[in-house]
Amino acid sequence: MSGKNKNDIWAFFASVKLALFTFFSLAAASVIGTIIPQGDEFYKFTAARHYSSGAIKAMKVLGIPDMYHSWWFVGLLSLFAINLIVCTIDRLPNLLRLVKMDNLALGVARIIKMPQRRQWFMTGVLEDAAGAVSTVLTGGGWKPARGNHDGHTLLFSQKGAWTRLGVIGVHTSILLIFIGAIIGSSFGYKGNIMLPEGTTVGQIYASGGGNGMIPLSFQLRCDSFELKRYDDGTPKDYRSELTVFDNGREVMRKAIEVNDPLVYKGVTFYQASFQPLDGWFAVEISDKGRNLKKRFFIKPGHKSKWAKAGVGFGIVQQQKMYPMGIRHKIWFNDPAGDPVQFWVADNGTVPVVRGANTYQFKIKQMYATGLQVANDPGVWLVYAGCIIMLLGLYVAFFMSHRRVWLVLTVTDDGRLQVNLNGSANKNKVGFANQFNRLAERLEADESLNLTRE
Amino acid sequence: MTSSTLFGISTIAYLVASGLYIGLFVFRAKRLGTLATGLTALTFLVQTAAIVLRWIESYRMGYGHPPLSNMYESLVFFSWATVIFYFGLEFKFKNRIIGAFAIPFAFLAMALASMFHPDEIRPLVPALQSNWLFAHVMTCFVGYAAFAVSSGLGVMYLVKAKSKSKDGLLATLPDLRVIDDIIHKTIIFGFLWLSAGIITGAIWANSAWGTYWSWDPKETWSLITWFVYAAALHARFTRGWGGTRIAWLAIIGFCAVVFTYYGVNFLLSGLHSYAAG
Repeated sequence: MSGKNKNDIWAFFASVKLALFTFFSLAAASVIGTIIPQGDEFYKFTAARHYSSGAIKAMKVLGIPDMYHSWWFVGLLSLFAINLIVCTIDRLPNLLRLVKMDNLALGVARIIKMPQRRQWFMTGVLEDAAGAVSTVLTGGGWKPARGNHDGHTLLFSQKGAWTRLGVIGVHTSILLIFIGAIIGSSFGYKGNIMLPEGTTVGQIYASGGGNGMIPLSFQLRCDSFELKRYDDGTPKDYRSELTVFDNGREVMRKAIEVNDPLVYKGVTFYQASFQPLDGWFAVEISDKGRNLKKRFFIKPGHKSKWAKAGVGFGIVQQQKMYPMGIRHKIWFNDPAGDPVQFWVADNGTVPVVRGANTYQFKIKQMYATGLQVANDPGVWLVYAGCIIMLLGLYVAFFMSHRRVWLVLTVTDDGRLQVNLNGSANKNKVGFANQFNRLAERLEADESLNLTRE
Repeated sequence: MTSSTLFGISTIAYLVASGLYIGLFVFRAKRLGTLATGLTALTFLVQTAAIVLRWIESYRMGYGHPPLSNMYESLVFFSWATVIFYFGLEFKFKNRIIGAFAIPFAFLAMALASMFHPDEIRPLVPALQSNWLFAHVMTCFVGYAAFAVSSGLGVMYLVKAKSKSKDGLLATLPDLRVIDDIIHKTIIFGFLWLSAGIITGAIWANSAWGTYWSWDPKETWSLITWFVYAAALHARFTRGWGGTRIAWLAIIGFCAVVFTYYGVNFLLSGLHSYAAG
């Protein structure tokens, strides 16, 4: 490949034209996936109802049902990434040159043509004057460096030179997010599990395409699931109490809710859904006096035993309640006397006095909790990218590189000519105000005694 | 006095204020300008009080959440943010004519809220019970407010650029160069907040569902909007686009915002369905 061709290709990938092209193409392409339902929904509902078999075939070739992962959309994203990398590498040397450049080596002719300029005269010895002016500049927050150029004495001060690199930060942050996303999808997994109360699992179902199971390196038990509602029936809280076992030992216990997941060994369990288990009920019996407590999962019409407390119990009858819910008729027995029967509302607690002991009898619908499971080793890179992007945008748009030069020249009549000049790469109005304040400070300083003529 | 009454008053007052700003533009009556700003400021205070009151009312009902949780509340917040953003511009650029192109948005948002969306205070469903809700809604809507004003300025630019005459009605508008500069600055401001809005949304989604990006229609449309404004900024920075083209992009960008915010909820289905109420 000849040098010229290589440069052409480089220039193509570095160009803003290509960036604008990818912005508009990605925007336009993304619209498609928001209008045509994606994934399962496409195959189950949309396809047969709205499209002919030929159209469905064509759409499959183009990956429309899973558009955001199709070869051409990923291709566009890759083009976007390459464009970002190449243009950033392409512009970096120039930006670094601007950040690091020796501003004292700049020609005086160029300096005095800067957008912000003032000119004064003063008397005195050059060396003393340079010292005095330096002091005033430093006092105004612009501590100068000193140099000589073609018989002129130069003082230079700058602020925010590094802010020119803000744009690099923004571009890098997008690449970090991409890398984080790639790491997440290559080395992480997403899964789900429907876990009935009281059960323990060591593996989960893989989400998405495959139907396989993903083994966990530990075990998870759902101790209980609770559904709370507001008075008007709107769901208020989904809450699962989970316990983690590692090598057979209990290592962690946490009640999770939506927005408050459990994390163990890089695997996160999110409260996602729930399912009532028809015909199953969770019973909790406790006896404070003897410090006994146990949960049971039972079906109506079956007798259960709690050997440790000497208790036997069961549901003998159920009744629908108005306007919603049910109540249970419980048969209960222990060595203290004859069996008793009593009613308890679903989700309710009833005290049962038996001789010297008082039991609390609690019963509710049994549920399975639906958990989303995610292992994403790339997410921290994504978050880092997000933070860098916001900082970078702020620096790139709201901070500027401001430069101030002061040139001292001995005139033919033996006086000193003082030129104050400055420029900023952004927010020129704000800089003009800063520059004016500095000029006023110099003008007002009695030790300098500057005059306009 | 309930928050609904105060919101009703704010809606009508913003309509009057819009009229005053437009009157200032059409009749060039300086006195109208003071009146318009005064009325808008007063209405803004009433609206702020109403938002605070609604917040208190939600506590009284036992729900206790800031009023940022559904379409009605977000439209109110959008209106509020537009006014505060406009005041920033009026103060910075010392120009009241911009109000004729900004305050109508504040009125329209309030009118839309009161006409088409129930103002009932509802409890938060579990997915919305997160502090990220407030960070997400506030960052997004500050951005949307800036984009609304930038599109108004875009219209202003195009109207002025089209007329050839040096005097007449349009002479009171700021210089094209100035309008162009303000459009650019409002887009930058909005872009920063939109980025923050998308990011807070992604972080929230990850803490609720374990996925920071799922190509849900709302997410995707926010990204489309982001691309449009990213294109506008790049075109301006490096290709020197300005004037008419940026004015058009400001308008197209805001159309994308409106679709992201409003259209998606009613025309497409997805994770943000609760925001439709």
